Amino acid sequence: MIGAIRNYLVFLGRCARIAFVGDWRYYSWMGVLSVFCLLGLNAYARQFAHGLVVTGMTDEVSWGVYIANFTFLVGVAAAAVMMVIPVYVYNNEDLHDLVIFGELLAVAAILMCLAFVTVDLGRPDRFWHLIPGLGQFNFPASMLSWDVIVLNGYLLLNLHICGYLLYSRYHGRKPARWFYIPFVLLAIVWAVSIHTVTAFLYVGLGGRPFWNSAIVGPRFLASAFTAGPALIILALQIIRYVTDYRITDRALLTLRSIVQVSMLINVFLLANEVFKEFYSGNLHVASSKYLYVGLHGRHALVPWIWTAIGFNLVAMVLLVLPVSRSLRWLNLTCVLCIIGIWIEKGMGLVIPGFIPTPLGEMLEYRPSLNETLVCFGIWAFGLLCYTVFLRMAVPILQGRLCKANESAAPWTSALAGGVPGVKS
Amino acid sequence: MTPEKSDTNPAAGPNTGMTRRSFLRGSAVIASGLAALAASLSPLRELDDAPSAEQFLQKYYKELTPAEMARVLKRIEDEVERQYGLRPHVRDLKPLDGVEFVYALNLTRCIGCRRCVYACVAENNQSGTPEVQYIRVLRLPDGSLDLEKAEHFYHPESVPEKGYFYMPVQCQQCKKPPCVKVCPVHATWQETDGITVIDYDWCIGCRYCEAACPYWARRFNFAKPSVPKDRLNLNMAYLGNRPRRRGVMEKCHFCIQRTRVGRYPACVEVCPVGARKFGNVLDPASEVAYILRTKRVFIQLKEELGTSPRFFYYFDV
Repeated sequence: MIGAIRNYLVFLGRCARIAFVGDWRYYSWMGVLSVFCLLGLNAYARQFAHGLVVTGMTDEVSWGVYIANFTFLVGVAAAAVMMVIPVYVYNNEDLHDLVIFGELLAVAAILMCLAFVTVDLGRPDRFWHLIPGLGQFNFPASMLSWDVIVLNGYLLLNLHICGYLLYSRYHGRKPARWFYIPFVLLAIVWAVSIHTVTAFLYVGLGGRPFWNSAIVGPRFLASAFTAGPALIILALQIIRYVTDYRITDRALLTLRSIVQVSMLINVFLLANEVFKEFYSGNLHVASSKYLYVGLHGRHALVPWIWTAIGFNLVAMVLLVLPVSRSLRWLNLTCVLCIIGIWIEKGMGLVIPGFIPTPLGEMLEYRPSLNETLVCFGIWAFGLLCYTVFLRMAVPILQGRLCKANESAAPWTSALAGGVPGVKS
Repeated sequence: MTPEKSDTNPAAGPNTGMTRRSFLRGSAVIASGLAALAASLSPLRELDDAPSAEQFLQKYYKELTPAEMARVLKRIEDEVERQYGLRPHVRDLKPLDGVEFVYALNLTRCIGCRRCVYACVAENNQSGTPEVQYIRVLRLPDGSLDLEKAEHFYHPESVPEKGYFYMPVQCQQCKKPPCVKVCPVHATWQETDGITVIDYDWCIGCRYCEAACPYWARRFNFAKPSVPKDRLNLNMAYLGNRPRRRGVMEKCHFCIQRTRVGRYPACVEVCPVGARKFGNVLDPASEVAYILRTKRVFIQLKEELGTSPRFFYYFDV
């Protein structure tokens, strides 16, 4: 038992050490991310000291970019399932060795989600009121309490799956199926649940007609399964570029098919919503009017939403055409998908729900500089986490960081003959 | 010993694998990292209302024993005295048996003078900067209840104006309050007398209730609230008008500090035209019970949402 714990600690220690080792590109990338993290932390410290008054939020628009980013990132986290299903349900060979990168992305995305909700709290010092058993957890009535459970549960599931598979590979052992397959299958259902529950946060509010619509949940999933795999396509190519890990074009094209179908569904659902809102023409259309064409002379979101729709439509056309089989076009398409959906689902979903207010007042929202810096900080933190995860996972998967070479001094062995997993 | 040779220096230990140079470099990186971290956290020095250990660990309202509640009330009195130099009287007033409060507002009479708004601000120790108000008076064109046509910031020479009517909106004290349902930590709940209250010491400030409220009745303390000392109302209740802290929700509570000891809410008392009626609907002799019995038409704002407000708008016909 003590031996097992010792082995595990040695493993963790070596993983931690390797995160600090890399070539100049690695150091500069991590350096830039660290600077943004610190800028974000600085902005958050200001918010912590003075309150949410340093944000652009008001009683009229009481949620802003924090919750918008949170919503988008829950989708990214859920999208890992789009790699898990082909591999574990349909035994897809191309994605088999890559699925862990999707799961690690999910872990990083959930960490960002948790950071975004935390910075949105007025009293973060009272977070313990949310801990079941210690505080007062309004479960099952509050959708937010569901979200706390599903997000943290999803984080634990993915940490277990990734951690166990990597540790087995480190030991050169075949992982025991019973110890991870049930969790993988559970994680598939769980991934759908995190985004559905997050949609229900909004859908459940009868007083906000813009959100109180059954299509929000399906739209969330469709957009998540577009933007998430698009992000993974880009991430995989970066991994392929900076390491010599084998990632085939066929794997990327498999993900392209997923993005393709999801984007078609996403645009279709959007059309459904726009039709329902505008054709029936009842008074509840106010928020949609504000979003798409402006209302009572206020139209801050109009250029954003049309950019998003433009990007989504262009991406959809590119995805349908064979041209996106070439990686250059595919990458462009992925960038369009990610930006389009980030706007549409973040700011395009959260902000119009508040405009006009339930009493008909029109007050627009613009994120403050401080708020924006906090957002950049959290994104940098998430990218930092993902980079570190990859820095540990790639050499383990390649067998360069393993039990067998443990006896050699771990620090120097990592340096000897170049850095494992990084092309020299 | 030359620096190059230090790479093979056996004194560094066979297993650490760390040379003096890499150790020095590592230390320099860690030291500058810590310095950058400390610099980025420097705005925390401006934090002037960090919670004390007692505040941080305070239990949930419904779990406080009477002795603990007494200590909490004394602590709040001490805090107010320290901040304002005046000692308030803070009570934990419980709902009365056999009482269900109901509000009725006569839209025919209301002249839109906003005296209720200011009386409420004064009674409930609402923040001046940033400004917090529980009552919003809407000016609507005659004949329409479409809130999108409402003017919130009307400022004529005198009221009432021809062609308009006025509708004050505040917490509707719903029988099925969406805000209570969505709160993740039970920091807001409905009491037996129908008043939905907030434990300001338990709210985590997620503002989900603010998003859920169909009446825009809830307010958030985006900054530290400031009440002018000469305006401070020293008659305070725990679930009522005691000073709030930054980062928590607040809203109309039917002036708990008055109504639970048999007085009218401040807005009712101040109304110059008698448009506001308040009382115990379970008492058949009460004014509100009479109004609900005799008037033929009421408006429960956004009735279709199923929130079942205890706030009734009526007309003189």
